[in-house]
Amino acid sequence: MRRMMAQAESYLDWNATAPLRPEAAAAMTETLGRWGNPSSVHRRGRAARQTIERAREAIAALLGDTDPGGVVFVSGGTEANHLALLGACRERVLVSAVEHDSVRAVVPTAEIIPVGPDGLVTLDLLDRLLSADRRPALVSVMYANNETGIIQPVAKIAAIARRHDALFHCDAVQAAGKLSLEAGAIGADLITMSAHKIGGPSGIGALVMTRQIDLAPLLRGGGQEYRRRAGTENLPGIAGFGAAAAAAAREISVYDRVAELRDRLEMEIAAIAPEAVVLGAAAPRLPNTSAIAVPGIAAETQVVALDLDGVMVSAGAACSSGKVGPSHVLAAMQVDPEIAASTIRVSLGWSSSEAEIAHFLRAWSFLYRRRRSVAERARAA
Amino acid sequence: MTSIVIEPRPRLSSDPAVNTPPIYLDNQSTTQVDPRVLEAMLPYFTEHYGNPHSTSHAYGRIAADAIENARGEVAALIHADPREIVFTSGATEANNLAIKGAAHFARAHPHHGQVRDHIVALQTEHKCVLESCKELEGEGFAVTYLPVEPNGLVSLDVLEAALSERTLLVSVMAAHNEIGVIQPLAEIGALCRPRGVLFHTDAAQAFGKIQLDVQAMKIDLMSISGHKIYGPKGVGALYIRRRPRVRLLPLIDGGGQERGLRSGTLPTPLCVGLGRAAAIAGPEMVEESERLRRLRDGLLRNLARRVPGLRVNGEVEQRLPGSLNLSFPEIPALTLIEAVPSIAISTGSACTSASAEPSYVLRALGLPDALANASIRIGLGRFTTAAEVDFAADALAAAVSRLTEQRDIPT
Repeated sequence: MRRMMAQAESYLDWNATAPLRPEAAAAMTETLGRWGNPSSVHRRGRAARQTIERAREAIAALLGDTDPGGVVFVSGGTEANHLALLGACRERVLVSAVEHDSVRAVVPTAEIIPVGPDGLVTLDLLDRLLSADRRPALVSVMYANNETGIIQPVAKIAAIARRHDALFHCDAVQAAGKLSLEAGAIGADLITMSAHKIGGPSGIGALVMTRQIDLAPLLRGGGQEYRRRAGTENLPGIAGFGAAAAAAAREISVYDRVAELRDRLEMEIAAIAPEAVVLGAAAPRLPNTSAIAVPGIAAETQVVALDLDGVMVSAGAACSSGKVGPSHVLAAMQVDPEIAASTIRVSLGWSSSEAEIAHFLRAWSFLYRRRRSVAERARAA
Repeated sequence: MTSIVIEPRPRLSSDPAVNTPPIYLDNQSTTQVDPRVLEAMLPYFTEHYGNPHSTSHAYGRIAADAIENARGEVAALIHADPREIVFTSGATEANNLAIKGAAHFARAHPHHGQVRDHIVALQTEHKCVLESCKELEGEGFAVTYLPVEPNGLVSLDVLEAALSERTLLVSVMAAHNEIGVIQPLAEIGALCRPRGVLFHTDAAQAFGKIQLDVQAMKIDLMSISGHKIYGPKGVGALYIRRRPRVRLLPLIDGGGQERGLRSGTLPTPLCVGLGRAAAIAGPEMVEESERLRRLRDGLLRNLARRVPGLRVNGEVEQRLPGSLNLSFPEIPALTLIEAVPSIAISTGSACTSASAEPSYVLRALGLPDALANASIRIGLGRFTTAAEVDFAADALAAAVSRLTEQRDIPT
């Protein structure tokens, strides 16, 4: 029974954006109260500079033992991906078929590294692509996919890239804060991070260099960020990012509980709808993400119906949620177009509760049963 | 007289009086977030944290509505249409996008076979404009760096003479970050439009402080900054004219946000902050300008009376109300700044304040290096009080006389 009353809201779209962590809010409020341009020589400027260096350390720490000096602050994951792919100035750029649009769009002539039906990069194809052409190359493969949560074998990719003297860039926007990320383990030369996916503010991100790399700047002007990124630093943003990174590192074990919630959600779905498919279930996945398809019920229909019930999920990447058209990620995995068109993304976060999962399941099973009975009546008629 | 030797740092740190925050007179570098702006922003950090591009659910739609409202507030302040505003990470990105984006589009799509590969910028533009131009030179574009008059203003005759059939874009800063002068924007627009030349203005310092009208001034592209107008850092905007249409290639591509011109998740609280800052600046501009002008003129009169040889750099009449650039002959600017730790002032652009080079802007005005190195920038702002200005004048005048005496003691 649906009742007309103050509606409970369940936010299950964490891969689009996460709420601000209180630690981040506190750090930002504090920084907003003692403004100053970090490049100014006077006291206020120097205090601002210190805040930035502390944030660099927290972010380097979240990635294991990287050098804080390698953290370059930018306006977000999209800009970081651009800086990596364009700034490295490699003649060849190879990107996986499931990358985020902010990687795919950067170099129009980029070569595509295919993925298998399991969503994982085909390692021997990558090896062959790199062997076939000896020009200096950059390989860009994301750590974990935003739509499916599938985790790539990044250490192996790094080894292949290294063998061919190629640079390896890894978009870790979705993985950071959800998995324990040690830069040594990824082996990437360049790592993209976004603050608003880990409980920091939007409008700030970083490109992290794990070793000295000559990067041509994307934005030119003042000499900020060691001449790699001009523009007055977004000081509260950086402070919030640093605080969020520190909190995320501290609370990484929360994701064990999130994984349990997610697994239970998938089991319940399978019980309600035996024909439901969890995409990428065969591959290693993020603990918080489910891409669920029920053939015959369009994703948009599900998203809208759930929204009316106060449950927020998405039909894929947020940035393209205004667009129609099939997901390039699912197409690359050779998912049947009918299944792809009926796939919704449910993504959880550190404060997701059992009540929210129950709310989702209630609303989802209601919509599922209604659609099914409509379909059966139509068949009978 | 040896008793007046100044020991700058050690003595200061043990003096509790100077550990109170210094008086902030560096408002060209950045400004304090107005509490009203902060108040508008806060709910979008906490309650309304949805991704504004996730329009399939309520969280996303609330954020998207807030951003559209902010876009309208920014547009209204310059008489533009909201659809002409693209949010960026700041004025540096807006300048890079305007100049490189226009150049790259023109090269990719020559108009009726007509090649436009020439850019005109003033020698005194902000570094991010000059560096963008330099990058384009490397790609085969021709750039003319126009000199300015000794008062910092562009000569319209010199500008007109620089324009040719190949000129694609003219970039002139609306109000200057170091010397505060305001360029004749309407006259420049009138020179550009009939020739089919795009007019870009870096209005990071001018937006929200002086009246700007993209229609009357025939401006095609305008860069805007949040943190220079009591809004947050990390956000800015580029005004891109729709009629006649200005086309750009994006610098940052991907999710296709901002009509494909600037991908990346929009920071809702920052956009809201920029919008609110613009909405506050509009109705308060006239009164605030008048107040700042009075304070500034008072400060200048006070200092001129007490500091022999004091010189104002840049046109006095046509300048931002809160802005001064002053030369104190024979007193190196950094020495003076160190001698007045109770005031936060700078030598010029914050981006280059760590470098020891004399300002290229003051050089372009024809100042000899010795004088350029003896120049400081003072920026009064919304939260500057008359008492603070008086205190600053006293502190500066006292420091100058101390330093002059010291200098005059034969060693």
